[in-house]
Amino acid sequence: MTKPPPVFDPAEASESFFRHGHTGWLGMKYSAHGDDWVELELPWREDLLGDPERGVLASGPIISLMDMASGMSIWQVKQQFALIATLDLRVDYQRPTRERSSVWGRVECYRTTKSASFVRGIAHDGNLEDPVAHVAGVFMTIGKYRNPADVPESVQAGSAAGTGDE
Amino acid sequence: MSDLELPPYARALGIEVSGHEDGVPVLTVGFGSSVEGRPRHYHGGAVAGLLENAGYSALRARLQEEGRNAQLKPVNITVQYLSAGKSKPSFAVGQITRLGRRNANIAVEAWQEDRDKPIATAIMNILMA
Repeated sequence: MTKPPPVFDPAEASESFFRHGHTGWLGMKYSAHGDDWVELELPWREDLLGDPERGVLASGPIISLMDMASGMSIWQVKQQFALIATLDLRVDYQRPTRERSSVWGRVECYRTTKSASFVRGIAHDGNLEDPVAHVAGVFMTIGKYRNPADVPESVQAGSAAGTGDE
Repeated sequence: MSDLELPPYARALGIEVSGHEDGVPVLTVGFGSSVEGRPRHYHGGAVAGLLENAGYSALRARLQEEGRNAQLKPVNITVQYLSAGKSKPSFAVGQITRLGRRNANIAVEAWQEDRDKPIATAIMNILMA
């Protein structure tokens, strides 16, 4: 069990986040970040297709991508890892992804309060001006628990957004 | 509903049809590394994937019943997370709130051991071309 780094670094955190679990299985990768946003990449893969005839990624993995980029944008703004849960996530699909293309999810955390964080972002396949999807979400901070192992089973709210283990 | 094939993504994640509720396919996914977020819990994205597939399955089943054949295009999905998904199987089933000629509005529920305690719900709009 390692302690979370004092200052959250999206690139460094990605190394451990995407080694296992759902995001590891999807093959997510760190792409870029700014003061209040994080961008992740989801490489194209044949078994992630929604419609085999069209060769475009299913929308499910895109939700996962946006969920994860959302969580990381919150940690980026908070400057530290904190256990959070997704309360509500909305995805508006603008168009199918290009065939055999990666999808990038860029999410900005535009406001955090003591217990809630608000995010918005886009999924794109190479051009920020022509998004594949728009996203909006609300996340809740699960109180004082910095380490997932410390969270009692009784904590029920929301669904675990990040992997954030170790 | 063996004839209504699940998409590659659903199969890869381990989603299967576990039965029917009022003629609508109930989908299930077992707990494992491919759906895990924080240790011993489902990742929010995996829950969303299950919900979304259940929504599509409900719509495909209804369209087949009505002898309609359409390509489905997602418009949007809003997922509400109600409680953490624990390390046990999850289930989901969709209910068609409105089926039009060009668009369908579907409400989906996911649960674990207690059918009456949903862990997440979703509202989906799907276009039919």
